[in-house]
Amino acid sequence: MLQGYGASLLQGAALTLAVALGSLLLALVLGLVGAVAKLSRVTFWRRAATVYTTVIRGVPDLVLMMLIFYGGQIALNAALAAIGRDSIDIDPFAAGTATLGFIFGAYFTETFRGAMLAVPAGQIEAGRAFGMSPWLVFRRVTAPQMLRFAIPSFTNNWLVLVKSTALVSLIGLNDMLQKAQQAAGATRQPFTFYLAVGALYLAVTTASVLALRALEQRVSRGAKVAAL
Amino acid sequence: MNFSAIAESLPMYWDGLLTTLELLAMALLLGLLAAVPLGVMRASSRRWLSAPVWFYTWVFRGTPLLVQLFIVYYGLAQFDAVRASWLWPWLSNAWFCAVLAFALNTCAYTTEMLAGAIRATPHGEVEAARAFGMPWATLMRRIVLPSALRRCLPAYSNEVIMMLHATSIASVVTLLDLTGAAREMNSRFYLPFEAFITAALFYLALTFVLVAAFRGAEARWLAHLQPRR
Repeated sequence: MLQGYGASLLQGAALTLAVALGSLLLALVLGLVGAVAKLSRVTFWRRAATVYTTVIRGVPDLVLMMLIFYGGQIALNAALAAIGRDSIDIDPFAAGTATLGFIFGAYFTETFRGAMLAVPAGQIEAGRAFGMSPWLVFRRVTAPQMLRFAIPSFTNNWLVLVKSTALVSLIGLNDMLQKAQQAAGATRQPFTFYLAVGALYLAVTTASVLALRALEQRVSRGAKVAAL
Repeated sequence: MNFSAIAESLPMYWDGLLTTLELLAMALLLGLLAAVPLGVMRASSRRWLSAPVWFYTWVFRGTPLLVQLFIVYYGLAQFDAVRASWLWPWLSNAWFCAVLAFALNTCAYTTEMLAGAIRATPHGEVEAARAFGMPWATLMRRIVLPSALRRCLPAYSNEVIMMLHATSIASVVTLLDLTGAAREMNSRFYLPFEAFITAALFYLALTFVLVAAFRGAEARWLAHLQPRR
């Protein structure tokens, strides 16, 4: 049915997954930094994090991606010309992963901020009263409980992120969607190939939902739920 | 920043803004209209009513909008039956295909949102209405839907903003919306910063207007759930 393009499609799927996981890693780091900045006592950090989350969440992914990809290329060439080097082309994989990570960092900032606020302040104070350092309080008290509060919102963001990876085909990455475009052009069967891509995405999102639901149950095993 | 190039392109952005708003309004209107009956079906305890709707929302919420748009705009042309049918003049039109794909997508999210709100209806209200002998249609119209639609409002405002951002994908199928205008300006002047930052500012302004509008709507229709002052 896929006329020999199945393997190429799967290769594309591996690249799509790599983009998704790579940008997730970056987004998690940026999200944690952003959340700490948003809850910081220093006004400057709070303001900077607010500008970051507001601007990123107010502009479409596609516009940001093109701004960073095309704009970044010009900025890089200008910088290289200034130090007398030849210009180099930005790799679409690096650009796509960096852009998606940067965008979703803003969403994860809100996720982690909410989760940090959900940890009862008394527990943090108790940890401090025991003489634990702020890092030890984070590691033993805040982080393990944050995990439980963050998972529903994490699941949501991850699903949106996975679906956003389809956009990297537009800046020239040879991902699953672009492979399908090539196959569709060669076989003149666009419906078949786009449907196959849709099915692969659906498999990834469904597997993610199931896995994260199991994880949520695992990290909430100590939590009491009132039976109504 | 090359401001003269931006000024020269502003009329194009203005047209793009109108196209973006048109796409957004049509998609949201159609999506919301279809989501009300589908949401009621999804929340039903009868499996034969809720299962087909579950399947629809599972597929449309689990796949990227870009892929959905490609299937509608490029994919359907694969079938001769579609090309020969009376629908073809519409299905070969990029604007129509974009509205169709966006409406199907937002409808799936709205349906699940509404179904969740319907399930959260306090059971006492439903029992009271039944005790009054209220028929099913009246129960839905007077009791369940008015409160469920209100409870949806905060989540729906997120969906509207997501949809505003999603309309940028229309530029991929040659439509000149805000993003399309930015891509056109970039290819004409090769000024990516100017082109995409201008579009980003338009989107940011639209987002703020929508957030403010929904805050007003919540103050009006969710006043009974606000903390007392």
